[in-house]
Amino acid sequence: MMLAIGSLTALGVSLGAVLGAASRYLAVEVDPLESDLLDLLPGSQCGQCGFVGCGQAAAALAKGEAPVTLCGPGGKAVAEKLARRLGIHADLSKHQDQEPQVAIINEDLCIGCLRCFQECTTDAIVGAPKQLHTVITEHCHGCGKCTKTCPTGAVTMCPVPTTLNTWHWHKPVPKKGRHRATIGRRAVG
Amino acid sequence: MIDLPTDHRGPFTHAPTSIQNTMVLVTLALVPATLFNFWLFGWPSVFLFLLTVFACLGVEAGCLRLQQRPVTVTLLDGSALLTGWLLAMSLPPWAPWWIGVLGAVIALALAKQIYGGLGQNVFNPAMVARVALLVSFPVPMTAFVAPQPLFSAAAPGFLESLKITFGLSLPLDSVSAASALGYIKTELSRGIPVSQAMPEVSGLFDLAVGYQSGSFGETSELLILLGGLFLLWRRVITWHIPVTFIATLFGLGTVFHALGPDRFTDGAFQVLTGATMLGAFFIATDYVTSPVSASGRLVFGFGCGLLTWIIRTYAGYPEGVAFAVLLMNAMTPLIDQGFRPRPFGRTRRGDPLPLKSKP
Amino acid sequence: MRLFSVRGGVHLDYRKDRTRNLGIVPLPMPALLYLPLTQHVGAAAEPVVVAGQVVRKGEVLATAQGAVSAPVHAPTSGRIKEITGHVSPHPSGLSQSTIVLESDGADAWGALPAGIEDPFAATGQEIARRVAEAGVVGLGGAAFPAAVKLNLRAGHTVDTLLINGAECEPYLTCDDRVMREYAGEVVDGARIMAHALGAARIVIAVEKNKPEAIKAIANAARPFATMAVAEVPVRYPMGSAHHLVKVITGRETPAHGRTASVGVLVHNVGTARAIHHAVRFGRPLISRVVTVSGGALKSGHNIEVPLGTLVRELIDFCGGMVAHADQVISGGPMMGHPLPSLEAPVVKGTCGILALTADETNVQPTGPCIRCGSCVEACPSGLVPLQLATLIQHEDIDGAAKLGVEDCISCGSCSYICPSHIPLMHYFDYANGRLRVLDRKRKHQEKLKTLAEARRQRLERQAAARAAAKAKSARPAAPPTASAQAQTQTQAQAQSKPVGNSAAAASVTGAPVTGLPVTTATETGAGP
Repeated sequence: MMLAIGSLTALGVSLGAVLGAASRYLAVEVDPLESDLLDLLPGSQCGQCGFVGCGQAAAALAKGEAPVTLCGPGGKAVAEKLARRLGIHADLSKHQDQEPQVAIINEDLCIGCLRCFQECTTDAIVGAPKQLHTVITEHCHGCGKCTKTCPTGAVTMCPVPTTLNTWHWHKPVPKKGRHRATIGRRAVG
Repeated sequence: MIDLPTDHRGPFTHAPTSIQNTMVLVTLALVPATLFNFWLFGWPSVFLFLLTVFACLGVEAGCLRLQQRPVTVTLLDGSALLTGWLLAMSLPPWAPWWIGVLGAVIALALAKQIYGGLGQNVFNPAMVARVALLVSFPVPMTAFVAPQPLFSAAAPGFLESLKITFGLSLPLDSVSAASALGYIKTELSRGIPVSQAMPEVSGLFDLAVGYQSGSFGETSELLILLGGLFLLWRRVITWHIPVTFIATLFGLGTVFHALGPDRFTDGAFQVLTGATMLGAFFIATDYVTSPVSASGRLVFGFGCGLLTWIIRTYAGYPEGVAFAVLLMNAMTPLIDQGFRPRPFGRTRRGDPLPLKSKP
Repeated sequence: MRLFSVRGGVHLDYRKDRTRNLGIVPLPMPALLYLPLTQHVGAAAEPVVVAGQVVRKGEVLATAQGAVSAPVHAPTSGRIKEITGHVSPHPSGLSQSTIVLESDGADAWGALPAGIEDPFAATGQEIARRVAEAGVVGLGGAAFPAAVKLNLRAGHTVDTLLINGAECEPYLTCDDRVMREYAGEVVDGARIMAHALGAARIVIAVEKNKPEAIKAIANAARPFATMAVAEVPVRYPMGSAHHLVKVITGRETPAHGRTASVGVLVHNVGTARAIHHAVRFGRPLISRVVTVSGGALKSGHNIEVPLGTLVRELIDFCGGMVAHADQVISGGPMMGHPLPSLEAPVVKGTCGILALTADETNVQPTGPCIRCGSCVEACPSGLVPLQLATLIQHEDIDGAAKLGVEDCISCGSCSYICPSHIPLMHYFDYANGRLRVLDRKRKHQEKLKTLAEARRQRLERQAAARAAAKAKSARPAAPPTASAQAQTQTQAQAQSKPVGNSAAAASVTGAPVTGLPVTTATETGAGP
């Protein structure tokens, strides 16, 4: 009996010591949370989230001071990735992705004041004083800052239309039958 | 402009297959063996069989009703019927009624519906029920009888059989008999070597044809084999699992019998007794609980054969098919992850095939 | 000839008997033809005609734009009615720019470029140029510009030209008839292509269910030692280029690669015939053989259809619909797409128009997956469809990508064979569509990052310039600041009033430094 007690005690003590040593010497390094979060953000410095740039937004996220849904242009995809990296659960079921938009300048209303030009974070607007401004559509990421500064309302946002090249099949809705249409089971395999 | 339906991607044609088709074919394959066993063991076995099958349908219907899912259509897909049939085939033919009913509850409610219904279970429902019953009620589950052919003098009559099944009278000692595997194991435990015990067991031909005691699935290996070949022909199952299962058992039996004829039974005995054929063609090949790729199935079949042999030879129970299949069912997700088909244009590791350098 | 095996595939109910023994009939020229500007893979063609212009048969209506593109020619003589948006034969129902040609009934040919007298003395580039001018694209359905494929000789050594006469889809018999009736043209086109590619060997692959076509092609090919006819097993998707290459040559094309990288080029029999016409006679691609079939139609036919014919007219030619059509499809039932409207036109890639009844499409309610593994057996790409579909149903698109969903060739074998009628291929097309969108977004965001960075640097430069200018003006013997500022001025108006503060003034002068085009009055109104 003493043998049993003694051997199990010795086993427990030695294993506990191993675990303690491992937690000290094999501990995981402090993880680079902020730079990981910065990588997940779009990086266009649009400021729609309210922070000056994506770097500041990442810092706020790391401190837990900002919600994962802060990035409008990033949409649901970025919000999910941020949530996963932060290890928090975010209920995104009601989240509506912002439709991709681009800015368009109405030449009849533009007075060439350069205000939108200064706001644009990717220099997608080109113009010179008293000259008409225009938007390089491929460089526009739809943050909308230009629309807010335009004194004449010449700049507006409009949705990017689907073309034959960008259209794709929707998610299938399995034909409702009597059975419940489940496909797979278990997380593994 | 869209004025024609464009919701469906296609394809706009389909093979004439359905879940119901498949289940019907499998039950069809079991009919010859089942009828033979009805004749072999008489009315009690008929009552137990019918009771088990109806209990399974009833339990499934009850579970569906509780989950507020459509009952009739789901029952009509035939999966509950097949589970009940296989369960009934693995029970002792003269077992009392509550064994069948309890088995139905375990198989359908605990091993299938709780996981989410058809396609969602991890373990073979019929085998879960059989094993649970065997472990919980070892005496009724090992009370095999010698063949009592229907309409023969010694067979119990209709009313007598009702009494047997509904537990109002116990099977007479004079009719109880061990299955072949059970007999060998018991003799070994008494120190009587295999070579001496073998002649007491029916000859190989009798074993194959089925005039022996055991559960429905353990008697006529030949009829079950015929059913299995029917399934192979109709492409309901593929050859990978049955062939590896049987080959492994046969191989291990032959090799070890050559090394120790007094301790180990030979390959033919391994293959022709117990639930080998039923397990190889009907149980291990259950779609939901076995791997989906060809290489995975080979591994699965080998594993089942190996575990069956080990359990039969070294473990406490005479028959190991049910345990072996359940253990391999647990391995199925891992096998599915590790044994995938090789993608076209890629190596096994998944990289695109390297181009041969120009000559 | 020794053939190799490929995994997967299914055996279908081919239903070709309705049209396989009917000769190709010409369609009476319709009054109006609708020619989309994008009938091919690549950049849209640009119109070179205007509304009201009179054109002759074979005249160029739109020119190719860039390396991967194709021109559009007039299928008949007449007048251009308008160039407008018209519904595309695409499931999205989107419209695209379409040239509407009103036929004058005369069907008069215009001047055509002269054919090459002896194609076998011409260079590969010359042949490719003629093929490009004629607007020939892959007529098996892919519609990839044929000339671009012929030019692959530049980067790869092609030793085998494989002519694809498999036609593995049910109902379709257009290639079968082309081989039977125009075997000589197909063989000639193949030889011309092989010469252009420098390929020493030509193999024409035909499925065993077309014995008459095999005989016709074998007869036409007999005089040529480099040509052989291969009878391939009847198994869908035998017509898939990568799989056909493996069956005939044993070489497996690396994933997402081109068959040219293993020394083989594949072309459809219809494309070979079109190349024969283009190179020998300078005739452009203005019509193609289409199989019109299906249980909902009164009759089925193989029709030589002028491009731009509306689907409605083909159905009327076949006697109209006598039963309710569950689906009207462009192509075959396995890989074909549903048509959004009968007003959609026939384009270069249209192999078949099928009006199928509900009995033929056999759409059943979806049941639960029973893990039978039939889809794994059937998949010719070696994927595990049931697992991919599970992940996609739970929106784990990245997980599906890791398991190879991008290798899916959308053949539909898995969906065909699934006993639970799960729309597997639809899941994969959805996932691949999402992945393409994500890819485009990611590339766009990379670009935006560099733009934002460039802007930051520009602002820094300007701040530094201002600081330097301040430092200079603070120094007693500094040169006049006005000239320093004048040096940095460019096209900006001389008397421009600086808007806002001095920082803005600096930014005005700084604008052209980035190298972005500065708008002048001529460049106006940007936007989508």
